[in-house]
Amino acid sequence: MSSELAPAVKERVEGRSPSRMAWERIKKDRTAKVSGSIILFFILLAILAPIFTWFIHTTPDAFHTEALNQEFGTQPLGKLGGVSGAHWFGVEPRTGRDVFLRFVFGARTSLIIALASTALATVIGVVIGLVSGFFGGKTDLLLSRTMEIVLSFPSILFALAVMPVLENVFQSWGLPEGNGTRIPVMIFILAMFGWPYIGRIVRGQVISLREREFIEAARALGASRSHLIFREILPNLWAPILVTVALNIPTYITAEAALTFLGAGVIDPTSDWGAMLLASVPFYSVDPMFTFIPGFALFMLVLSFSLFGDSIRDALDPRSSR
Amino acid sequence: MFNYLLRRIVSGIIVLGIVSAIVFGIFFILPADPARLSCGKTCSEEQIVKIRHALELDQTLPIQYGRYLKGIFVGRTYLKGTTAELHCSAPCLGYSFQTDQPVTQLLKDRLPATASIAFGASILWLLLGLSSGIISALRRGTWVDKFSQGVALGAASLQIYFVGLVLQFIFVNKLAWLPAPGYSSPLHYPVDWAKQMALPWITLAFLLSAIYSRLTRAGMIEIMGEDYVRTARAKGLNNRTINLKHVLRGAITPIVTVFGLDLGGLLGGAVITEYVFNIPGLGKLSTDAVANLDLPVITGTVIFSAFFIIVANVLVDLLYAALDPKVRIQ
Repeated sequence: MSSELAPAVKERVEGRSPSRMAWERIKKDRTAKVSGSIILFFILLAILAPIFTWFIHTTPDAFHTEALNQEFGTQPLGKLGGVSGAHWFGVEPRTGRDVFLRFVFGARTSLIIALASTALATVIGVVIGLVSGFFGGKTDLLLSRTMEIVLSFPSILFALAVMPVLENVFQSWGLPEGNGTRIPVMIFILAMFGWPYIGRIVRGQVISLREREFIEAARALGASRSHLIFREILPNLWAPILVTVALNIPTYITAEAALTFLGAGVIDPTSDWGAMLLASVPFYSVDPMFTFIPGFALFMLVLSFSLFGDSIRDALDPRSSR
Repeated sequence: MFNYLLRRIVSGIIVLGIVSAIVFGIFFILPADPARLSCGKTCSEEQIVKIRHALELDQTLPIQYGRYLKGIFVGRTYLKGTTAELHCSAPCLGYSFQTDQPVTQLLKDRLPATASIAFGASILWLLLGLSSGIISALRRGTWVDKFSQGVALGAASLQIYFVGLVLQFIFVNKLAWLPAPGYSSPLHYPVDWAKQMALPWITLAFLLSAIYSRLTRAGMIEIMGEDYVRTARAKGLNNRTINLKHVLRGAITPIVTVFGLDLGGLLGGAVITEYVFNIPGLGKLSTDAVANLDLPVITGTVIFSAFFIIVANVLVDLLYAALDPKVRIQ
């Protein structure tokens, strides 16, 4: 008994910051470790995508008609959509492009668009939420009504419809035709429909923080409004913001894929998971592997982000339970 | 209660007005030439001039919008006084020059298919979501609970455009249990209708029931800890009555909210579902309109589906007030 107690007594009691405590909780959470590793794996794949072109000796855009059945339709030769040493995930029907390379480069496009629109939506949402909650009154009324209106748009349908229009506008500002315009437009559209979700949460938090004593104290000391908002209130909001962002990322990933799948997103020759799924539609009955790879990857990535987001929430707010 | 109802309806109408103005504005100010965007990809200069004239693009935007609004209530005649006069009776949501039909007619033709998907799938996902949620809550911690919540978690991360293709591959191509999805009139060919709708219903219900299952489970577990449930138990009520009349009743409000919003969203066009299964509903109408650059149809479908979302929002708020006495007082 005493030998068990002894080390505990000796152990120094250390002051730990809330973020450190959260980090330690995450490190102990098995779900967080697994889902976090899967996310990291996909991010690494995306970053390292060009390296794979050295191993596979081709590019994601190169046609390999020699891997296709020339006489009988244009399906890949061999089993499982033409899986072989040369083409790890097989080849695309009709063109013979390497599916593995399109998959890793597709991870790039999907993640870049999803993360960029998340970042943009977060910045807009946080600023508007802060302003709306802090100033209250007419400003708040105007801004929260704006959020309400944005939320009553049929978002997928509207995004789809506004795509050609905005593409026109962005091109008139000198952006190049094709994906050079389409990707920025997608990021813009996704952010425009995403910011109210984070804005609402930030606004609610600010309203409850606004009346707290430390804000009153800072105000009594003569702090400016921008000091109050960005130096006093904002640092207290990072936990709910982080949780919302983590839980929202999967929505952006799937929205991006959906838009591209519906033909209003990234277009050939750029690789993208939504575009791969779209390209697989005419062939899913003869080459299901080509549908399965991007679909399953999307599923894994979305599931991992959701689980990781839940873990972050649990770590930052131990009272909340699943 | 009456005041609340009135206020909620008025604010719904205002939001719809603003949304339609924004949609109209975006589609008619931003493009360099709305007439060209209404005309499609293969279009002669002559047609563009005609459309420009019909849309009265030489007028200021508020006048154009005013005429559009007026058309919704009293109908509209394009190119009045010329030989090419086009009638569009109220409620006129514009005229599709590409298909040579009023947008309202197109919407009317496509609504039954979308409504079939939405109502069929929603019954299925409510049954599936509620029953698995209730069982999970009552058998909390057992393998039944873990299994159904695991499935729900997975389903929530799946996408219609992936699952739809996979199920179609299995049930249509490999097993041949079902015909390819599509739409036949339920009045004339009820069996074909059900068979063709089965796959969209199952896919949507499977993916959407996940959230209902999780909501039901979480709600019921929370309510089970409430004092009034203990009181009911102390009174000697049997478990069945407690669980259904007290616990489920208490947990039902958030489910009603989500259900209303989901159903409203779907009725305005199950865009992805219709696209995957190639069903001629509102969603397919709008994706086709986007692909063909049929601006009047795009505008019409967006406003129409915003209408469903806003109506669903208002109905949900009213139902909420009816179900939860606390809301009425606020």
